[in-house]
Amino acid sequence: MSSENVLEIRDLATYFFLRRGVVKAVDGVSLSLRRGEILGLVGESGCGKSVTALSIMRLLPRSTARTVRGEVCLGGENILARSQREMREIRGRRISMILQDPQTSLNPVFSVGEQLREAIFKRTRQRKAEIMKEAVGLLRRVEIAAPDQRIGQFPHQLSGGMKQRVVGAISISGQPEVLIADEPTTALDATIQLQYLKLLKRLQSETDMAILFITHDFGVVARMCNRVAVMYAGRIVECGPVAQILERPSHPYTQALIASVPKLADATGKLTTIDGQPPSLMNLPPGCRFAPRCAHADPRCRSIYPSTFTAGVDHTADCWRLEGQ
Amino acid sequence: MSGFIARRLLQGLVVLVLVATVVFFLGRLTGNPADLMLPEDATAEDRQRLIEALGLDGSLFKQFVAFISSALKGDLGTSLRMRQPAIDVFLSRLPNTLAIIPWALLLAMVVGIPLGVVAALHRGRLLDRAAGTIAVLGIATPSFWLGIVLIFLFSVELGWLPSGRMGGPEHYVLPVITLGAFLTAGFMRLTRSSMLEVLESEYVKLARIKGLSESVVIWKHCLRNALIPVLTLWGVFVGNLITGAIVTETVFAWPGVGRLTYEAVIYRDFPLLQAIIILKAILILTINLVVDILYAYVDPRIRVN
Amino acid sequence: MRSTPWICILVIVTMVFMAVFAPLLTPYSPIDQTLRDKLLPPFWLEGGSMKYLLGTDAFGRDILSRLLYGARVSLIVATLALTAGGGVGLVIGIVAGYLGGTVESILMRLVDAAFTFPAILFALLLAVTMGQGLGTLVIAISLLLWASFARVIRGEVLALKQRDFVALAKVRGCSEPRIMLTHILPNVLSTFMVLVTLNIGVVVIAEASLSFLGAGIPPPTPSWGLMVSEGRGRIADAWWVSLIPGLAITALVLSVNVFGDWLRDRLDPRLRQL
Repeated sequence: MSSENVLEIRDLATYFFLRRGVVKAVDGVSLSLRRGEILGLVGESGCGKSVTALSIMRLLPRSTARTVRGEVCLGGENILARSQREMREIRGRRISMILQDPQTSLNPVFSVGEQLREAIFKRTRQRKAEIMKEAVGLLRRVEIAAPDQRIGQFPHQLSGGMKQRVVGAISISGQPEVLIADEPTTALDATIQLQYLKLLKRLQSETDMAILFITHDFGVVARMCNRVAVMYAGRIVECGPVAQILERPSHPYTQALIASVPKLADATGKLTTIDGQPPSLMNLPPGCRFAPRCAHADPRCRSIYPSTFTAGVDHTADCWRLEGQ
Repeated sequence: MSGFIARRLLQGLVVLVLVATVVFFLGRLTGNPADLMLPEDATAEDRQRLIEALGLDGSLFKQFVAFISSALKGDLGTSLRMRQPAIDVFLSRLPNTLAIIPWALLLAMVVGIPLGVVAALHRGRLLDRAAGTIAVLGIATPSFWLGIVLIFLFSVELGWLPSGRMGGPEHYVLPVITLGAFLTAGFMRLTRSSMLEVLESEYVKLARIKGLSESVVIWKHCLRNALIPVLTLWGVFVGNLITGAIVTETVFAWPGVGRLTYEAVIYRDFPLLQAIIILKAILILTINLVVDILYAYVDPRIRVN
Repeated sequence: MRSTPWICILVIVTMVFMAVFAPLLTPYSPIDQTLRDKLLPPFWLEGGSMKYLLGTDAFGRDILSRLLYGARVSLIVATLALTAGGGVGLVIGIVAGYLGGTVESILMRLVDAAFTFPAILFALLLAVTMGQGLGTLVIAISLLLWASFARVIRGEVLALKQRDFVALAKVRGCSEPRIMLTHILPNVLSTFMVLVTLNIGVVVIAEASLSFLGAGIPPPTPSWGLMVSEGRGRIADAWWVSLIPGLAITALVLSVNVFGDWLRDRLDPRLRQL
C-alpha cells in the first residue's frame, strides 16, 4: 500500500441556506485517502457524512446548498474549482459512488444492460456488441449468476442484494481511482450484508482503488476499513488506523460509539447508549460540539473548539484532554 | 401479455353494457320521451305513431330486450330528423372529427409537455410562474368562449383565418387550438408535478454520478419516468377531446360527430342521440384499451403482473 | 403558493354579492325587451352610454342586468349540483370504504366505469328526454361529480377505519350505520369541503357549456352560457354580447380554482394528486 494521497480534503465546509436559517452540515472537514486503502467515515445519522460525499462529487442540491470553503484535491488538483462540464468527465471515471438504497438507485424503466451500457459507453466509444460483452463481464465480476440473462432484465426482477451488486458494477465500470460507498449495506438483509462487504473488499484488492466507506456502524468499520475517521456534528473528531482506535479510542465520542456496538463492547456485555442529542446544525455551540453530552467536559471544552492533537502513530483526535500527552 | 389484453377487453365490454343500460334507462326515466318531441298541436294518433316509431311501446323489459337485440345486429335506431340509420349518419361524420383530434392531442403534447418540463426545472422562478399562469388560464377558460374569442380576433378583426367550416389547412388552425387548449394546460401541470417528483429520485442522482450530461439525465432518465402518469391518463384525455369536440365543432360549424351531437340535442333527435352515446362509448373504450396496452409496453413493471 | 390570494377572494365575493343582490342592483329587468335599444355597445365605446353600462343584446335587453341574474343561475346550480352530486359521492364513498367486501367492489367498479366514460353525454340525453330545466340540469351535473367524490372519500375512509376510535365504537356495540354517521362522517367533512371548492369551477363550466349547447335553463332566463350562445351570430358587429359573459365565466372559474388550490394546500396537501 503506497502512502500516496489519491484524495485530499482540506477544511471542507458545506452549508444549506434555508428559509429558517443556515444549516452547517459540514463545517471544516479534512481527510486524506491513500491509494489502495479503505477509509471509514463513521458517525450518527445527520452528522454530515453523506453531505461530505455529495460535496466531493459536487452533486449538492443547487438551490439550497453550497460549498463555502475548502479544497478537494484529486491527484493533486482541486476539483472544486473545476466547471460542471469538467466534473462530468471526472464523475464515473475517476471518482464513483454507490448509493444507499438499491430499491431506488436503479431507473425502473431501463434494463440492467442499458444502465450498464450508458456507463461503459461514456468511457469507450465501442460498438454495441463489444459494450454488452463488457457489461456481462462486469456482472460476472460482481458475482451475479447467469449474467447473460440478467442483462436483459429490469430492476424490479432483481432482489435487493442483486440490485446493489449491479450498482456496484456500474460504479466500477469506469475504473475509478476513488469509490465512495455511502452506507451500501444498510438497506440490505443482514445475511446479504456480509457477502456484499466481502465483494467490495475483493474488488478493491483487484484494482487498487481507494474506498471512502461511509457508515454509522462501527462493527462494519472494524471488519472493512484500514483507517477510520469519526465524524460528529459536521467535523472530524478523531482519525487513525482502525486497530489503534478500537484498542485506544481517544475522543469521548468515539469511545461512546464503540461501547454501543454489541460485538465490540466490553466482555461484561453491557451496552451503553449515549445520553442526549447531537446539537442542531443551525445553532452550534461555540466550543467542542460533543461537550453537552461529554462526561469529561470542562469550561474550556465548552468555550473553545479543541485543536487537533496526536494520539498515536498517524492517529489524531480533537480533544482538550489529549493536550500535553 | 395476452392475458392482460383479454382482461382489459372484458372490462371494456362490461362498461359498454353498463353504458348501454344507463342510456336506455335515462332515456325513459320520466314518462315518455315522445311527449317532449311532439309539437303542441299533435293529436293522440300522432303521439301513438311516434311512440311506435321510437319503439317506446310495450313494457320496459320488452323494450330493453328489443333494444339490445337490435343493437347486436348493428341497428342502433333511426335518426328522426335525417330519416337514416343512426349508425350510418355517425360513421359518415366520424372522419371529420378524427381529422382534428390527433392534431389537438399533438398540440397538447408538443406544447404542454416541454412547458411542464421547463416549469419543473425552473421551479419557483419566473418561467415556472409564467407557465403556471398560462396553464391556470387554459383550464379556467371555457372552450366555447375561447373559440369565439379566437374567431373574433383572427377572423373578424384581423381577417387572417376563416371562421369556420371544413376546408384547407387554414381552417384547421383555430379549431385545433380551441380543442387542444384545455388539454395542453392539463399536460403542462401533470408533467410539471410528475417531473418534480422524479427529479428527487435516487436513480437520477446515480445517473449524474455516472457523469452523464445534464440533457441526457433530464430528457432520457427523468422524462421517461415522468411521462408514466401522463400515459395512464391518455384514455381520459382522448375521452375529453371527443366530448370537447361537441362544443368546438359547434362553434366552428365543423361537420363532425361533435356537431352532430349538438344537432341531435337542438332538434331533440332522441334515437340519434342514443346511438351517438353508445358509439362514442365504443370509440372511447377502444382507445382506452390501446392506451393500456401501450402503457404496459412503456412501463415494464406492469407486464409482469 | 404561500400568500393569500386576495384578488381571487375579491372576485368570488363580488360575484356572490352580485348574485344575491341582483334584483336590487339591476336597473332593468333581465328579460324585458326594448327592441328600439338593441345592440348598443358598452359605455366606453362610441355609441354607448351610461344608460346601458355594458350595452344591450339583439333584443334590447341590458347586458349588465342579465349578467347579474346570470350569476344567480350559476350560483344556484352550483350549490345544488355540488350538494346533490357531492352528497351522493360522499355517501357512496363512506359506504364503500367502511363496509368493504362485495359492496365496495361493486361500487368501486361503478366508479371506475363512470370515470372511463364522459358524463356530459348523459347530461345532454337527459336534457332531451326530461326537458330543459333546473332539475334536469342539476341531475345532469351531479352525474359528473359523484364519481370523483366517491373515490377520494372512500380512500379517506379506508384509512379512518383503522383508527382506534372506530374500534372502540365497535366494542361498545354501535351498529354500522351509526358508526358511519357519527364517527366516520365528521372526520371526512374537511376533505369533502376541499373537494367541493375544487369542483366549483368544474360545475360552473359544465353549466355554462350545457347552456351554450341549449341543454341548460331555457330562455329567457339569462345564464352566462346562454348569453354567449345568443351573441355568437353577431360577433362581427356586437362582440360584447358574447365576450362579456364569457369573461365573467373565466374570471369566476379562475378565481375559484386558484382559491381552491390554495385552500387545499393549506388544509390537506395529500389531495394534491387531484
